[in-house]
Amino acid sequence: MSGLLDKVAVITGAARGTGRTHCERFADEGADVIALDIPAAATDLGVSAAEVEKRGRRCVTGLADVRDLDALAAAVGAGVAELGRLDVIVANAGIHTAGAAAWELTEDAWRNTLDVNLTGVWHTVKAAVGHLGDDGGSIVIISSTNGLRGTANTAHYTSSKHAVVGLARTLANELGPRRIRVNTVHPGAVATAMTLNEATFRRLRPDLESPTADDVTEVLAARNLLPVPWVDPVDVSNAVVFLASDEARYITGTQLVVDAGLTQKTS
Amino acid sequence: MSGRLAGKVALITGAARGIGRAQAVRFAQEGADIIALDICGPVDTVVVPPATPSDLQETVRLVADAGGRVVSEIVDVRDTEAVQAATDRGVDQLGGLDVVCATAGITSRAMAVDLSENAWQTMLDVNLTGVWRTCRATAPHLINRGAGSMILTSSIAGMRGLVGVAHYTAAKHGVVGLMRSLANELAPHNIRVNTVHPTNVDTPMIQNDHVRGAFRPDLERVTREQFGEAARCMNMLPIPWVEPIDVANACLFLASDEARYITAVALPVDAGSTQR
Repeated sequence: MSGLLDKVAVITGAARGTGRTHCERFADEGADVIALDIPAAATDLGVSAAEVEKRGRRCVTGLADVRDLDALAAAVGAGVAELGRLDVIVANAGIHTAGAAAWELTEDAWRNTLDVNLTGVWHTVKAAVGHLGDDGGSIVIISSTNGLRGTANTAHYTSSKHAVVGLARTLANELGPRRIRVNTVHPGAVATAMTLNEATFRRLRPDLESPTADDVTEVLAARNLLPVPWVDPVDVSNAVVFLASDEARYITGTQLVVDAGLTQKTS
Repeated sequence: MSGRLAGKVALITGAARGIGRAQAVRFAQEGADIIALDICGPVDTVVVPPATPSDLQETVRLVADAGGRVVSEIVDVRDTEAVQAATDRGVDQLGGLDVVCATAGITSRAMAVDLSENAWQTMLDVNLTGVWRTCRATAPHLINRGAGSMILTSSIAGMRGLVGVAHYTAAKHGVVGLMRSLANELAPHNIRVNTVHPTNVDTPMIQNDHVRGAFRPDLERVTREQFGEAARCMNMLPIPWVEPIDVANACLFLASDEARYITAVALPVDAGSTQR
């Protein structure tokens, strides 16, 4: 897509899952990448960097927890210093921890999710927005279908993912005069470890002793309008790249759903 | 006893003044007994003059005048144990719980990238986590009753982004997410959960020099009339703000059996502001 050649994108949660495919797709489009993740993900982050470099683009990695504003600011600053500019911010880092009814969630579970999924996004913008140039930029925040509707036993996650929509809408108003666009992306079930794991399999198939991905495809597909159980990470990345590109130059303040029709299915 | 909430017990946070007081009095007029909770004191990072214990006492007096039984307690919604204890005591005294209004909220101002950690975190703690704590403390009592209605006070900032209040906007959006999850979780218990979304309401939260100044940065000292002219531009109807009673009436409807099949709804009380 147009307009990403020689641009620089900073991506949080870049070591795995959709963060990895964001790195790959931005590199495909000719952009360099500042790839950030927590120190524990250092090895995987190295793989993401290798994928960018394999595509002939530069990648600066940084180990920073989005809960730590100072560390984040330092990592973004180091990346911009090395790559020379910043055009795109992808706030992708997120967690999806074990669920419980809202009134049974622990204080820790609630707080951790808000700290990473909401405050971490604000930190990311706060640390990076000052590096965007005079010709504007694009901020893409990864929300979820749980940013548009609630599901049982996800009050912490759902609240955080709704809250980033509020943050994005405010930022869109605040940054519009600077030609900086702000949008959210709302994936449904994505084929990553965050969704496709044993806990999910057991929740969806309580009737089986040790269910696998194959055992949940029908259950998941039944929730979607399209006959697929989940979207692939690259489908989310393609939406992010579109929003970051000049093809979306007049799109701001929107919520782009990538969910195979999950949120529109009523029966 | 007669009225649309006859025989019901309603717990209201932020009950000392503003929307919370209006809910307490309006519900009492319709036959409800009231558990009135408020911090009655300042919150760090907030420059709006705080509610006081005498404000809460005035609410108690008004509820009693309306014929309702009332218990009140000074409680900070950031204090999990205190919220639970006050809830349990109130429910014990009044014999159950049917309606919950999570109304306590604060405001402060700064552009998103200039907000301090403290202003951001305090906002989330009160306006989002405080609502969750209120719901968490009260849900078991509603479940025990086998029915109920929760009304969470969000804002037009729960539907769109407002400049200079990213933390408030994020928290108020977060409340909508919480509502939608709770609505799914509590529906099997015949408990409904909805949000209301007021535009500017004529309360101390907006009628102060701080907020007035933000609306009219061109003026040194902003009068109520000058603020009104600026605030009117936000709304579709030709009014500068709604009154607390307008929000209370919407909540009364949602609390009553007239809304018995309404759940997971975000109801604007905004003079058309969000559609403008």
